[in-house]
Order: sequence, then structure tokens, then C-alpha cells
Amino acid sequence: MNTTTGQTVERRQFDTLIIGAGGGGLRAALKLAEADLNVAVVSKVFPTRSHTVAAQGGMNAALANVLPDNWHWHMFDTVKGSDYLGDQDAIEYMCRAAPKAVYELEHFGVPFSRLDNGKIYQRAFGGQSQNFGGDQAARTCAAADRTGHAILHSLYQQNIRARTHFFDEYFAVDLLRDDEGHVLGAVVFNIHDGQIVVIEAKTTLIATGGAGQLFKTTTNALINTGDGMGMAMRAGIPLQDMEFFQFHPTGIAGRGMLITEGARGEGGYLVNGEGERLMERYAPKAKDLASRDVVSRAIAIEIREGRGCGPNKDYVLLKLDHLGEAVIQKRLPGIRQTCITFLGIDPVEEPIPVFPTAHYTMGGIPTNRHGQVVVPVKDTPEEPVAGLYAAGECACVSVHGGNRLGGNSLLDILVFGRAAANHIIAYLKENKYHRKLSDEELARVVENARRYDRPKADGESVAELRRELKQVMEEHCGVFRNKDVLKEGVDKVEALAQRVKNIRIDDQSATFNTAKVEAYELENLIAVAQATVNSAFAREESRGAHSRIDFPERDDKAWMRHSLYSFEQGLDYKPVRTKPISVESFPPKPRVY
Amino acid sequence: MKFRIYRYNPEVDKKPYVQEYELENIEPGMMLLAALLRIKDELDESLSFRRSCGEGVCGSDGMNINGVNGLACITPLDSLKQPVEIRPLPGLPVIRDLIIDMDMFYKQYRAVKPYLVVNDPMPEVELKQTPEQREKLDGLYECVLCACCSTACPSFWWNPDKFLGPAALLQASRFIEDSRDQAFEQRLEDLEGPFKLFRCHTIMNCVQVCPKGLNPTKAIGRIKHRMVTRSL
Repeated sequence: MNTTTGQTVERRQFDTLIIGAGGGGLRAALKLAEADLNVAVVSKVFPTRSHTVAAQGGMNAALANVLPDNWHWHMFDTVKGSDYLGDQDAIEYMCRAAPKAVYELEHFGVPFSRLDNGKIYQRAFGGQSQNFGGDQAARTCAAADRTGHAILHSLYQQNIRARTHFFDEYFAVDLLRDDEGHVLGAVVFNIHDGQIVVIEAKTTLIATGGAGQLFKTTTNALINTGDGMGMAMRAGIPLQDMEFFQFHPTGIAGRGMLITEGARGEGGYLVNGEGERLMERYAPKAKDLASRDVVSRAIAIEIREGRGCGPNKDYVLLKLDHLGEAVIQKRLPGIRQTCITFLGIDPVEEPIPVFPTAHYTMGGIPTNRHGQVVVPVKDTPEEPVAGLYAAGECACVSVHGGNRLGGNSLLDILVFGRAAANHIIAYLKENKYHRKLSDEELARVVENARRYDRPKADGESVAELRRELKQVMEEHCGVFRNKDVLKEGVDKVEALAQRVKNIRIDDQSATFNTAKVEAYELENLIAVAQATVNSAFAREESRGAHSRIDFPERDDKAWMRHSLYSFEQGLDYKPVRTKPISVESFPPKPRVY
Repeated sequence: MKFRIYRYNPEVDKKPYVQEYELENIEPGMMLLAALLRIKDELDESLSFRRSCGEGVCGSDGMNINGVNGLACITPLDSLKQPVEIRPLPGLPVIRDLIIDMDMFYKQYRAVKPYLVVNDPMPEVELKQTPEQREKLDGLYECVLCACCSTACPSFWWNPDKFLGPAALLQASRFIEDSRDQAFEQRLEDLEGPFKLFRCHTIMNCVQVCPKGLNPTKAIGRIKHRMVTRSL
């Protein structure tokens, strides 16, 4: 087609468009390619650069290779870990599917660490128990401390075998929809030469990962800018539970690099400035293996009350040296190297300075357990958006609720990447033909995708707005929150949302224009930030990772419900699905570790 | 701190040139990637390079730093002589500035069929592997595909289309050594001939530059050893 600028636009048609090539996107792609469907995977980076690669500790599944276990205990831990905000049907589905998901990966070639009997090695992780809150479980399947790398590479390799069609280094700008609300694909551009491509697809799966770049200090890669979430919001779809952002207890203080929870799973522990094992005070039973929200709050309290370590008392120490070099080198070689590289500290000899660091987006695009994106329509809280799916960190199924358990994110992407693919296969049997994409919609979205292609004399700098955004989120939406701090955060983010409309990009080159990519990313981040601060300001209780100093208690009567935030409606709410598929539901209880 | 960076944008530049930048306030422990990000943010948004994880696991930011290939995100500034000379990885076409066209590199990676082949029916649980069998994969599976090794290899510079290069051969070895894989014979057979594997002249540049401390030369030697013992 021709547009006002006179350039032609390439149009391609596929059965399924997958946006994002991390573990969720690649798992779905493999399933679809093996079903002989015509699949396009669009990724702004080469697939093995996706952030799944950085996952360290492992993936939960009740294999019972080390200690007794079953999926029902895993389900209990996940519901409790979610602070009763997780949807219990989705959680049951995930925990039941977990062993199969791990065995599939093993068959794909993932080099899991092994036990003497040849089975997959499993380690203890936070929030895990046997027998519904009893002794510590060992449920996390690991490939040393490089589990994400091992999984992502194996999945990519299997997609090479299946000859999946990849659009490497293409940036997806916006979704295409028709008047009836069906999603018809997306407009993307080739980062290499700036050419716009319209990808028409009968089904579209968003698998773009999280938005950790919202914060100044983060364990997340620079690419984690919430692109799919921003895209969904611009298409009129709300984001769910965005106030729940996980701070990982052990990011390297001041730098942000992740030190896996597996370090504590292998026997490491936290000490404060007075040399005390601080977690004994906050979680007498589980200690250092309490849930992440609990451990992060404990560290923040220790520091606030003057019991931090170092000259400024602004961090605590993670002690591993008692584990010995052999264990550290065998089970935690990656984080050992990271500490040596970034701190000049060898954890075999010295403890690691750590601080709670932005890590994981529990909220996201609302979906059901089949990966279908669902939105409220009149009296129905969860009406599927035809043709649109989401899986992984960008989605909110919700299996993590208010707080994700360590080891459940790799599981989430694999189980729901696969579930979405299964549903897509069934959907395509009933929906064999491409729906008509109107010229008006096409022109609108393509024009929008060219919004930075015109030089401007004046305007805001992307780098400066991004710096301000990250600072605001760090200061106003951190581990502890209150009304005044959040209100100020809302005002500041809304001001940035106005300013971002006036971005200026001097680099007008079509060739690998990363300045332009960063502008789109910033727009997405700011949209996600709006959803996050507004949802956090409204939720007047403390649950999971959302800790309000002014409302310190969980309030199940008023707030056991999911937040939804959209540009059109502002805030809305829907009930938690407390009814599992086949078992009794776990009613909310006080959460003690 | 002074930087001299290779610049080339095919739309405006007839040929590549070197641009100088200077940064104040270098913090202790700062990595080269942080400096490049600051140059892009504060001085010149048009400077182009790939980057993602910032901690050496995604393999995006391979570049030639003072003449040696490495990952910018795990190269400490205080280890570098000034001015820091930064160029794209050598031997592959430059798309723009520090961004190279990696198609040939990925093609050679795909050529070794880098995926587990199992012909037997799959069990309903995991395929068993002892810790000792699994240990054989250490030093092979950790590759991040940054291309620092292959683009440091003279044999790859001369024949990037025929010689698989150290990164792809490391992957070949990763599957040859995997006790679960059932394409052992075929994998060795596929590597026969004067170019694919045997263009390796054990120059060992790959070993010197690998940012993950891996040893492709050793892996290649192991493949050769497998070939010899197989033909006996």
C-alpha cells in the first residue's frame, strides 16, 4: 500500500504472530510450528538475547527427585505466596502441568544438573513447603545457576529444528484491530533498515516480558521496557494488578545484578550490620527461604532502623563462604563470576553486599488460563479479545497474584506459552481465514508507526525523560509506599506522560536507528508506569509486594480483587478466581513463614 | 576519559571514520557499556551499538576494545589503556557503527544442527544422565553466541562461509559430548572435509578472547580425537 509519505509498505500474512522470543514466545512458537502452522516470531533482539537468558536459580515442579513432593503442595505454596490474589484455577493448572513441562524441556536438550541416580537436580527455594506449610521442600529444577540460559538456548535450538520463521531485530509498534475488536496482527519495523512491515495474523500472541526498566536500580535487562503491555494499553486493553512489582531481596547493592535465591537455597544466609542472621526475627521457621516480599521488607526495615552494613549502613550481607568452594563452583558458578567481575569479591571468601532490587512485573495483560486476553465487557469481567493472546511476564493469568515465588516464572512462561499455543491451534480450526483489515485502520497504525520519522526543531530528550521516570518510580513506588508519596508519584508520572508526546529525535537515519527504538520503548514504559502508580495509589491495603505504611494490614473484604487500569476507564476491579479446577480452594489465611 | 570510536552510517558516510568522545566523572568499577550508554545519552544519540542484559549473559555487546574482542558490559574501564579504541567485531560486514551483520555467524551455528537428536521413544520422565556425563557439557553449553571468538579467528576471516568457526564448533562438541544425543556418528561425519572443522589451525585467538572463559580450541581438539578413535 501507499501512504502519504509515498513509501510502499510490505504486507505479510501468517496464521500466528508471536511478539517476543523469550521462553514464552519460543515455547509457543515450537508447538505451533510442529502443528504445521505458519508462525512468525518478531523480536527486537536476536532470540537468545531475550531476558529469559538471565534467569538463574531454576524452575519449580513437584518431581520429588530430592524430597517428597506433589503438585498440590506446590499449588498451596503458590496461592499462599501470592497473598491470596492469585487465581486458583490457573495456579492448579500450572502446578499440575509443571512436571511435564520440565520433562519436555529435558527432552529438548536442556542440560539440567543431575543427581547421582541420573535424575534432574532440584534445590530448595523460597516459599516452598511439604505437606501444605510443613518442612522445606526442594522443588526447583536447576542447570547450575544458568537455568534460564540453558532453557532459552534449547528452545531456540528446537525452533531451528522446526524451521520457525523469525523476524530478528524487528520492533513491533502497535496492534491492528477491526471494528468488532478482533486483533488482526501488528505493524512492525525492521530495525536494520527502518522498513515498515504489516504482519496480518489470524492470532497474535504477546510474549514481550516485563518492565523492570521502570526503576533506576533493576536486575532487568535494558530491553525490558514493557513493550507488549504498552501496545495492549494503546489498543484499549487494561493492565491488571500492576501495583504488584517484585523487589528481589538480593540484587548487588547499588548495581542491581541479580544474585539468585538459589544462593540461599544452597545454604547461604543474610546478616545485618550487627552480625545477626536477620531473617530469624522475621520468619522464624523458613528464615532466609521465606517469600521474596517478606525477605525484601525485612532487609529494608533493618536498614531503615540503622542495622545495615558498610560505611553508610545501606545494605546487608549475603554470606556464602561457609558453603565451601566446591559447592559454590558446582552449583553457583555464574553468580560467583558476577561477583568477581562487578565487585572484585569472591563469595567463596567474602560476603556479598545486597539490597532489594526491582525484579519482576507480577501484573500485566489480563488472560485466562488458556492464554486468551480477557477484558471486562458489560457484566462479564473476563470476555476474550478475539485473536489475542498473551503469555509470560507481560501477562497476568494470574498465577503470581501479589507476590511471585522464586522458580515460578520460568514455569509460568513454559506452561502458559504452551497453553496459549494449544488454544491457538483449536481456535484456528474454527477460524480459517484472515479477517479483512480496513484501509483506515492500516493507514492509522502505519502513520502512527512513522511518528518519529519527521525531524523536529524542538522537543524533549528521550534519555532525560527516561532518567526522570526511573528516578520517580524508584522514589515513589518502592518497597514501602504511602498515600502522599504515591500521590506525588502519580502526578510526576502523569506529567511525564504529557512530556513524552513531545519527544525529539535528531537521528533520522533508517539504518539501525536505536534512538528511535528507545523512543518507542520510553512511550511503553511511561504507559506501564501510569498503570503502576495509579493502581498502587488506589489500593489501600498491604498485600504481597504492595506494602502501604498507612494501611499495613491485608484487607480481604475490600481488596481481595484484581485491579484493572486502562487509559479509557481509569481504574476498575474484578474478583479473584478462588475456585480451582478440581480441588478445594485455599481460603485466605494470615501469611506466616 | 577519552574514547575513539569507529563510526559508519552507510546512508551518509562514504567510508568509516573515527570519532573522539570524552567523559568526565568516571565512577570506580564502571564498565565500558556504562560509558557507551552515557555517551549515547549525554553526547551523541546517533552512536549505535547492541546491548541488553548488562552482565555478560545475553552476548549482545561484543566489540573490539583496544584491539581485543570482548563484551563491553563486563570490561572494566580501569583495565583499559587510554584513549580507548573501540571498533566493531572484525571480519563481518558492518551495518552501522559498532553493529555487525551476524547472518553468516548464525548460519554456521545452524549448520551444526545445534539441537538434541533422540530417535528412541521418549520416556514419560527425564532421560537419565549421571553427574559425570553431565559434567562433560560444562565449558560447552555456557556459550552466549556473542561471536567474539569466531570474529577473532583468522581462519574464519578468510572462509566465513566454509569454515564453521569456533563458536559453531563449540556447539557441535556440546551435542557430540551429550550422553543423551543419538546423532553422534552423523555429527562427526558432517564435520569431515578440509574446511568445516579442519581449517582450525589452533591459533587459539578464540580461547584468549572468550568472555565466558570457554575453550573452543580444546573442544575442536576433542572432536578431532573423537573422529580418530571412531575410524580406528
